[in-house]
Amino acid sequence: MPNLGIEVLFRGTNLLRLLGGLWVAVRISLISTAISIFFGLMVGMLMVSKNKFLKLIFRLHLEIVRIMPQMVLLFIAYFGTTRVFGWNLPAEVSAVIVFSFWGIAEIGDLVRGALISIPVIQRESALALGMTQYQVYLYIILPQTIRRLVPLTINFITRLIKTTSLVMMIGIVEVLKVSQQIIEANRRTSPNAAFGVFAAVFLLYFLICWPISSLAGYLEKRWFQP
Amino acid sequence: METTSIEIQHLYKTYSSQNSQVKALRDVSLSIPEHEIFGVIGLSGAGKSTLVRCMNLLERPDSGKVILGGQDLLALNKKQLRLCRQKIGMIFQHFNLLEQLNVLANVCFPLEIRGIPARRRKEKAMDLLQKVGLADKAKAYPSQLSGGQKQRVAIARVLANDPGILLCDEATSALDPETTKTILDLLKTIHNTMGITIVIITHEMAVVRDICTKVAVLDDGAVQECGNVAEVFHAPKSKAARRLLLMGDKEE
Repeated sequence: MPNLGIEVLFRGTNLLRLLGGLWVAVRISLISTAISIFFGLMVGMLMVSKNKFLKLIFRLHLEIVRIMPQMVLLFIAYFGTTRVFGWNLPAEVSAVIVFSFWGIAEIGDLVRGALISIPVIQRESALALGMTQYQVYLYIILPQTIRRLVPLTINFITRLIKTTSLVMMIGIVEVLKVSQQIIEANRRTSPNAAFGVFAAVFLLYFLICWPISSLAGYLEKRWFQP
Repeated sequence: METTSIEIQHLYKTYSSQNSQVKALRDVSLSIPEHEIFGVIGLSGAGKSTLVRCMNLLERPDSGKVILGGQDLLALNKKQLRLCRQKIGMIFQHFNLLEQLNVLANVCFPLEIRGIPARRRKEKAMDLLQKVGLADKAKAYPSQLSGGQKQRVAIARVLANDPGILLCDEATSALDPETTKTILDLLKTIHNTMGITIVIITHEMAVVRDICTKVAVLDDGAVQECGNVAEVFHAPKSKAARRLLLMGDKEE
């Protein structure tokens, strides 16, 4: 059997360093996700409003995010702003800004879709029962929206976690960067380390994303077939 | 305030989109006395649904008056209208139950909104479920029920507000003839025991014949004919009524 280069992981503090890198990725994802969900909900509600100007702004935002590769956005936020505006944003802050900018647009669009998918008649029958607009929103529309939303949002979160690997391009030492450093440092003694270390990275991402997406599956099953 | 009679006066409603205008209601006037079971029949697109939605102002007419039990609905403020709506029950073709709540919770829901204490609303809901013959399904979820059972739950839910009027918008149109009959029987029982005024919107002759005492024939947004069911069905004066009768005969 060929040497898979796994032994490198157990040399010194390598495994701990990898986990530390993973935590950086997870931290960026967590903060961005929280911001995205909070503002995404608001953006989604505003997107179904009748205000044409707001609609145009959010539409534009969504298109920009969809068209631009995340890496370009990262470069603009980190390198671009330093030259033009003289801002000296820490790399991690730039990353959170970019991922939130992306997440707000995507989650906003998911919220919009979920809101308009609730049949008008649901609103009507609630009003006919003598509920206030506020009660209709709180008790009828929002719970149904959130049910439709949770699986989609979780899907997006796993995508976001995977995309954080790009932040190494603006100098953040996250799990992928750490793994590169480990491979470089052990080039002489373990030339096969690339396989073992990247396999470990794969496993780490899997361990983070898999529970999240099985949660989505579980909720979907529980909520849609009582 | 007893809201049990319905006066509709010169109702107009037009829907306009960018390049077309649909005149859903054109000068519709109707007088529905208390404790009547009143049918409104017409083909799809005749304006029936718009008319019934005007009766609780889910749809606001462009002009005309909607007077329930002597009260002009269009003159009410938001809060008064909401309280008034609690006394105007409405059931729908697709039941519109909350799928995530069980049967009992669905019936309790309007009571909860009105702030009735938990014990009393449960008692009342169970009592209503008994009335509609579903006491044994209290813990079931809507997805586990048949169409007819779902409509029974919707009826129990609507009765929780002790309405004086019950509006039925194609309430039996998604059900098979057998189930339709049992729902209509239930409505009759409710009418007899609680004295509620019932308005039935339908496109099925059989429904009107089975349950209504009076009927209005709606076509192209206007009332073509209005009178006792026996008279209208026996000697229809309008073209629209004759057409509906012909279709009804074919079905049977």
